[in-house]
This record gives sequence, structure tokens and C-alpha cells, in this order.
Amino acid sequence: MTIEELDQIAESTRAEYAKFDNEINVCMGTGCLSQHSDQLKDALAKAVAAQGKNAFVRRTGCMGLCAAGPLVLVDPDETLYQHCNASHADAIAASLGGAPVAELQCDLREHFEQQVHVVLENSGHIDPEKIDDYIARDGYQALVKALTEMAPNDVIQQITISGLRGRGGGGYPTGLKWGTVAKAGGDLKYVICNGDEGDPGAFMDRSVLESDPQRVLEGMAIAAYAVGASKGYVYVRAEYPLAVSRFTNCLRDARRRGLLGNNICNTPFSFDVEIRLGAGAFVCGEETALIASIEGKRGQPKPRPPYPAVSGLWGKPTLINNVETFANIAPIIRNGGKWFASMGSERSKGTKVFALTGKITNTGLVEVPMGIKLRQIIEGIGGGVPDGHTFKAVQTGGPSGGCLPAEMLDIGVSYDALVREGAMMGSGGMIVMDDTSCMVNVARFFIEFCMTESCGKCIPCRAGTAQMHAILTRICDGRGAMEDLDLLVDLCATVKETSLCGLGMTAPNPVLSTLKYFKNEYIDHIVHKRCPAGVCNMQAPAAASELEVLA
Amino acid sequence: MPAFTPPPLPSDDKRWKIVNGTMRKNGFARHALIETLHTVQSSFGYLDDDAIRFVARSLRVPLSQAYGVATFYHHFSLKPPGKHTMTICTGTACYIKGTDKLVAEAEKHLKIPQGQTTKDGNISLMTARCVGACGRAPVVLTDGELVGQMTSAQMLEQLERWAVE
Repeated sequence: MTIEELDQIAESTRAEYAKFDNEINVCMGTGCLSQHSDQLKDALAKAVAAQGKNAFVRRTGCMGLCAAGPLVLVDPDETLYQHCNASHADAIAASLGGAPVAELQCDLREHFEQQVHVVLENSGHIDPEKIDDYIARDGYQALVKALTEMAPNDVIQQITISGLRGRGGGGYPTGLKWGTVAKAGGDLKYVICNGDEGDPGAFMDRSVLESDPQRVLEGMAIAAYAVGASKGYVYVRAEYPLAVSRFTNCLRDARRRGLLGNNICNTPFSFDVEIRLGAGAFVCGEETALIASIEGKRGQPKPRPPYPAVSGLWGKPTLINNVETFANIAPIIRNGGKWFASMGSERSKGTKVFALTGKITNTGLVEVPMGIKLRQIIEGIGGGVPDGHTFKAVQTGGPSGGCLPAEMLDIGVSYDALVREGAMMGSGGMIVMDDTSCMVNVARFFIEFCMTESCGKCIPCRAGTAQMHAILTRICDGRGAMEDLDLLVDLCATVKETSLCGLGMTAPNPVLSTLKYFKNEYIDHIVHKRCPAGVCNMQAPAAASELEVLA
Repeated sequence: MPAFTPPPLPSDDKRWKIVNGTMRKNGFARHALIETLHTVQSSFGYLDDDAIRFVARSLRVPLSQAYGVATFYHHFSLKPPGKHTMTICTGTACYIKGTDKLVAEAEKHLKIPQGQTTKDGNISLMTARCVGACGRAPVVLTDGELVGQMTSAQMLEQLERWAVE
């Protein structure tokens, strides 16, 4: 594959689509598929044929606005239809070339206009199962450019200039990580894509893998070239069957096009990728646990150092990045690191995809420049809290993150600001809670999650989370004492300081942040024996789960 | 070192050939353990003692390690599933939208705790840690099919339908 051949594929694909007057894009991400958008697509294709319209009906990935699904986007007019089903197909087909179907039209311009799409630039516009669709939108230009015009060091330099930081949650500078792996000795190195998106309430990685899998693969290939690896693994959760099947398909197509395999683009560079399925263990999102899982072992983390960059998979230098990190690579190489660094805030560059869920009007995926105020995401793009309820908290960063109250809505979203306020970026889940949520109960929910997901290797995490859960259950049941709060803070400090891996180190965050911002709710439970949100049953007998823990 | 000969298939059930295929594709390497258990789970619906023994011996992995892996990961089940499975997502977004009530009602209706199967082997009640369809919360999987914005009435109706089948 040369740049000319790539351009030729892009040209001919674009020419093929240009023959049509309209392109009808039907969202077939997991959210819309669950509402039978596949039947909608078939019905649209039939209606278009029956009415003799010159239009192309395309399956696409996620368009982001899951709340309004199934979604249909008609190009070139960019008319967006919401809540469509197969019975609307005739009306949509009939409207082509005329006025749009008014009662289906989704009028949420401001929702989309406030976003900046880099990672999601193709989502909802290309067929995720057609590599040529991706190539037609500048796909693989970056890989060919890197292989033919850039030395591995130049690639790493561009990534460093871009200021890209790991999108999995830790925020480690990507360029620095790549540089470490590149400098590590040995001729066998690995690249791993971490698609073990275990944070409940987060689905950015699933969506990217489902909507634009080639972008992730291109990012991995560029990374492999830069660090000198020849083999890659994509570790995807087994709970994401659609992502697995679309990525499998993506690998096959890339091999067929000569963009994966031996001597890619007639250069000495060879690279191949295999998929590894997760098996439902949250801790496997931690890089050393993930490596153990690929090796066929229990997903238990190891002490670091040595870091995977020096000794990772089968003891070889290994680069692990998150799906979204890899999805940012191709545009950076295409447009230069400076372009990427021009977006975002001082120390958090570029854009970030968030999964906006919970008690919010426009649930779905959004991509915004770093540094944007939380308020703009929640009240502007998200459309605020529905049904006349009031906003209480937003939870970022999954079970390792924290709950931020209304007073914090004016902070800018960046790695450092969120950590400073007791939350964290995490992988990008953003769950909005209103006055019907009890924050003590929420804290218990997260601790229960960490307790059951603790791998059991180190005691602070295994026993500490269980004890924290017992205390929080006691408080929720109206049997708590004020001393319990001190005990909780104490336990939090111990678990945070002494746990082996990120799971334990961050498990206390939801407790600490709710104690910091919603202490009055704890006091209401303990002193007044009442739950302000009406969630906790205050006269409940000791829960069975607590008895088990104590036994 | 003498060449390794994998053990014979436990029976002439065709599904063992599929399991063997996964191991062969990976050159009977030890690291194929999880991949192989995935194949067993998808072919048989669960992992029984025979299967774990067979896989462990074929991959030359200590039985303790194979059993450790099978019990470590939630995805693997050591018990046969019911004819139908209702999986309720208990991720954060679903929890905020009241999925704990769905679980409680399903437990009451089926008279079994989550994670178990009704005595007649008809319905399994499971919970999942986020299926990634949070935009449609609360979410359940009815026999693997994702249904969003589930109400308890809808869910109980589905359980009734399965019960009379």
C-alpha cells in the first residue's frame, strides 16, 4: 500500500457515494440496536427502493445521543431524526428531496454545536464494517505517513508535543510512555490496547470500538512502529459482543488491504493483532492485571516497578494504552502535535469523550475540549436534570472517582482539577444524580462494587473495603454512630495508602468525596435516623450481606 | 523431550471438537486457558468438572490454576444456566435509575436470590456489572437481548411469559 493507492481507494469510495442524492445514516450502536434499528435500516432500504429514490442507506456507529435513539441522519442536509422505528421508513424516504418529516426531527443543535469531535469524528458517518469508508475519511493516511516519511523518534516527538495524556484515567503522558518502551532493549515488544472498560456508567471505549474500529487499529500500528513492537493485543470485555465482532471484522479487512501483517507498505515494518476477551473482572483494567489475564492467569496485579514498559507481557517491554488514547493517535500524526496541543487546557490537552448518564435529559456520548466547565456539559450539552428535579451531584471517574456537588460545577474539566477536588477523570463516565439519590447509599453502592471486585491479593483492599461496606450499611440502616465517621476516614486513609494497585488506592474516593461535600446527609442518617432522599430503609434489620462479612 | 500428545476428547459430543479447535489454534499454549474456557462456556453454557479437567490436561496447566481462573472471573459459571436468563444490569447509571428495585422484585417474584436458577431449571436470575448501554438505563438482558428503559411491570410480564412456556 502506497499513499497513491490509499488516495485512489478514498477517491473511488467517495465517487461511489457521490452518485447518490442522499445518504441515510442509521445508528446501529448497541443503544439504538436494542431498539431494533437494524429493522429500521432494512425498512428504509426497502422504502427507498420502492419509491425509486436515489439514496444510499448506511449502517453507522453511535451518533452519541442515546436518549433519542434510534437516530437517523440524512445527508447532505444533516437532518437528524429521533425515536425512529420501521414504521417511519416510508415517511422518511418520501421526504427526501423535499421538506423533512417535522414530527420526527430532532432539534438539538446546541447539543452538538458545543462539542468538538476528534475521536468521534467518524462515528455516525461511516459504516464501521467497511474499511474503505474509513479510508475515504483520511483513514490510514497517518500510518502510511509515519511509515514512509517519519522515523520512530519523530512519531514519539509529535505525540510528546501534542501533550496527549492517557485516556484510561491515570493521565500519564503518552509520549513519555512510548519513549520508555522505545528505549527498552530487546527485539520482541508488545502493544496492548486496553478495552476492558469496567467502570460502570462508562461506555466510550465500547462506542469507539463499535463505531470506528479501524481508527483504534491505526493508532496501535503507529504506536507499534514508534516503539518497535511487532505484535499487538486488544483486550475487550466479553460483555461487549458487538465491539468484539466489529473489531474481528476490522482486523480481517485491514489484513486484506495489506495494512496489517508482514512488510506493511513495503517497509520492513510488520505488525499483527489478536483479540483477547476479558471475562468479567474489573481489576483487569489495571495494566499488570490485564497482562496476567492475557497470559491466561487470574487477573491479579503485580507490584510496580518493574513497569510494563520495561517488563510486561511474558517479561517483554510492553506498551499499554487505552482505546481512546489510540483513537487520538491518527489525527495527531495527520495534523501534527501542535494542532492537538492547541485544544484543551494548560496541562490537559485535546478533547475528551464523556458518557453522560443518570438523571440527565440528553444521555449519551459527548466529546468536548478539555477545560470546559462541568456546568456547560451538564446544563448546556446535557440539557440539565429532567422532570423538575434538582441537581445534587455529578459522579466522575467510576468507582474510583468522586461525587461533586453543585458548587463545583464551575470548575474546568481537566485531570488535575478533578483530582484536586476529590474526584478523578477516570475513563470518562459522568453520572448525574438528582434529589432522589441518597449520597450515603451511593457511597455504599461504590464500596460494594469495589469489595466484590477486589481481587483479594492485598489485605487493605480485600478487608478494608469489606469493613467500609459494613459501616456504610450500618449507617444506611439507621444503626450508625458518629464515631463511625472517624473510623471511615481512618479506614479510607489506610486503604488508600497501603493498597497494591489502583483499585484499592482509589476505592475510598467515593466515600471521602461524599463525606467532604455531603456530610450533612451522613449526620441525618446517624443522628436524626432519617434519609433525606427517602432511599434508605432506616428500620431495616442487619442486612444479610453484612452478617456474612462479619462471620 | 518427547512430543506432547493431548488427551483424547471426553466423549464424542461434537462440542468438544470446537473446544479442541480453540486449543489447537493456540498451539496448546498455556496462555490459551482463558480463551479455551470461553469456548467451553459458549459451547456448553457452563464449565463442569469434566471440562475443566480436560482443558487443564490438554494445556498442561495445573488443575488448581485452571480452577482458580474459572472461579476468579465472573463470566464463567460452574452451574448450568436455566432455560431462560434474566440479567439485570447493576451498573451505576442503572442503579441511579432504580435497578435495585428491579432486582428485589425479580427475586421476590421468582423466590430465588440473584445468581441462582429456579428449581425447575426454567429461569436464571443474574446481575451484570454494566453492559455499557447506560444511555438506555435501566437495562436488562432477556436471554441475551438488550432491553432498555425497563419497568418492573414489563420485566414481570416477561418472567410470566417464560413461566408458562
